Amino acid sequence: MSCFETLQDYGLRAVGIGERLLPKTDFTLCEHVVLIGSGMIWNLYFAFFALLLGFFLAIGLATSRASTNPWLRLPAQSFIFVIRGSPLFIQFFIAYETFVLIPKLGYDLNLGFIEITVETRWLTKAWLGALIVLFLNTSAYTAQIFYGALQAIPRGDIEAADAIGMSARTKFRRIVFPSMLRLAWESYTNEAIFLFHATALVFFASFPAWRQKGDALYYANYFADKTFNPFVPYPIIAAYFIFFTLVLIVVFSTVGRRLNRHIKKT
Amino acid sequence: MFEFCADPKSLEGFVWWSCYLTNGKHMAFYFSFITVLSLLLFTVPLIMALGFAGALARRSQIAPVRWFGWIYTSMVRGVPDIIFFLFALIALDQGIEYLRHVALCPDWSEPIRQGNDFRVCPEAKMPLGTAPQWIHEIYGFVLAAVGFGIVFGAFAANTLYGALNAVPHAQLETGVAYGMSPRQIFRRIHLPQMWVYALPGLSNLWMILIKATPLLFLLGVEDVVYWARELGGSKTAIFDYPHGDWRLGYFLVLLVFYLLLTWVSEKAFGRLTAWVSRGQATVGGTT
Repeated sequence: MSCFETLQDYGLRAVGIGERLLPKTDFTLCEHVVLIGSGMIWNLYFAFFALLLGFFLAIGLATSRASTNPWLRLPAQSFIFVIRGSPLFIQFFIAYETFVLIPKLGYDLNLGFIEITVETRWLTKAWLGALIVLFLNTSAYTAQIFYGALQAIPRGDIEAADAIGMSARTKFRRIVFPSMLRLAWESYTNEAIFLFHATALVFFASFPAWRQKGDALYYANYFADKTFNPFVPYPIIAAYFIFFTLVLIVVFSTVGRRLNRHIKKT
Repeated sequence: MFEFCADPKSLEGFVWWSCYLTNGKHMAFYFSFITVLSLLLFTVPLIMALGFAGALARRSQIAPVRWFGWIYTSMVRGVPDIIFFLFALIALDQGIEYLRHVALCPDWSEPIRQGNDFRVCPEAKMPLGTAPQWIHEIYGFVLAAVGFGIVFGAFAANTLYGALNAVPHAQLETGVAYGMSPRQIFRRIHLPQMWVYALPGLSNLWMILIKATPLLFLLGVEDVVYWARELGGSKTAIFDYPHGDWRLGYFLVLLVFYLLLTWVSEKAFGRLTAWVSRGQATVGGTT
């Protein structure tokens, strides 16, 4: 079987397109690379959506945490404490066990133009359940970073905004929010890298890989178990992760440069 | 454990609980918390040693040593730690067996990798096939701990490298002015001054290390996660203490354990920071 055929069969195996059966014997290097790469689709999916959604929840959490109203501050504070104080691995287990206990009912959701059935059993599937865990996890870590940045905004900037009579809304949009992002960006990049790496845990915690549709580490581990040779699959998955981590760093530093574009370079 | 526990089926309420929570498997569960804590204590010296080695390698005058230090410290930033653990565990295991194989069975002619098998002579097996179960468990634990040490050693090396560079240069020049040897400068000025810069990074690392300990489960050690799953799973009437699916409850116990551990660590590091900051010309030290 040529490498091109392998690519056709297994290139999208992780999302269920292509050959059903995984290779069983005589694994070629090409199969390693293609199947593990196909698993990366899941890692990228989890990282992308968790970061995207987490970014918005984090802003809300950070501003609540900084608020003087205890009804806003205390829930945000305790949420951040619990998530940051416990291992993600345990959070995966707790979430999964909770989702399993929820009655398997379907809810009809009327979106006005279309009616869809939301089924609670989706929660026990990795694509939704694990995404929720990763989303909540990154929200808490990011909120802590944003909160630190909120505290570090120069007081003079806020006073200047007050002095020229900005409304609270405008002040947040024009002064507080951009300064917060600028100050937080370095640490936020690190958190994004950590989250991306944490996606490798999904199918190793509690969420089962349905029909052997797993992430990159799921397949790398599959190969390592079958061949009992860790020296091929693990370097391959490491190379994938290094590559995408570099892409992530480039994307984030591009955004970071844009955030700081008005600041004179030294 | 108690005498009235002899017939668990007849028990109810508080007595049932007191028997249930002290049966043999629960004792193993409580002991696994000690496993986790001992992993932490066991790996810290290793992490610090590898961290120092890595940091010093990166500062080395000899180019290949410097490159090695750089590769070691930057690898962990690009690759998830779990991949390292899974890899290091088999790689160490096979590496040790291979070395013993070469040393102990020189006349063995068959290749070591036969298709999908890794075959060494029986004398080279680690631990020996005849060894009792507890040796296997200890060996697995030590391998896992070394794996943790290698990965977190690289993180520590990054932190220590940064801290060594953060010591104000004038301090070291003062040492030169007093006629100290490079070794003396390192031991008496550079190293003691470095801690205040290293501590925030190291405390962060400690928190990450605590939160990585449940991964022991993936490395085949019978740790808290293993027992939580084992004990929490629903037990039918054939068992002495039948119950439904209690895994959620057991995991909530683990959650509380980890929250306590991180909370206590945070307090302890706060004190330690105050202690190393004394007499330092930093914001924390001047007060």
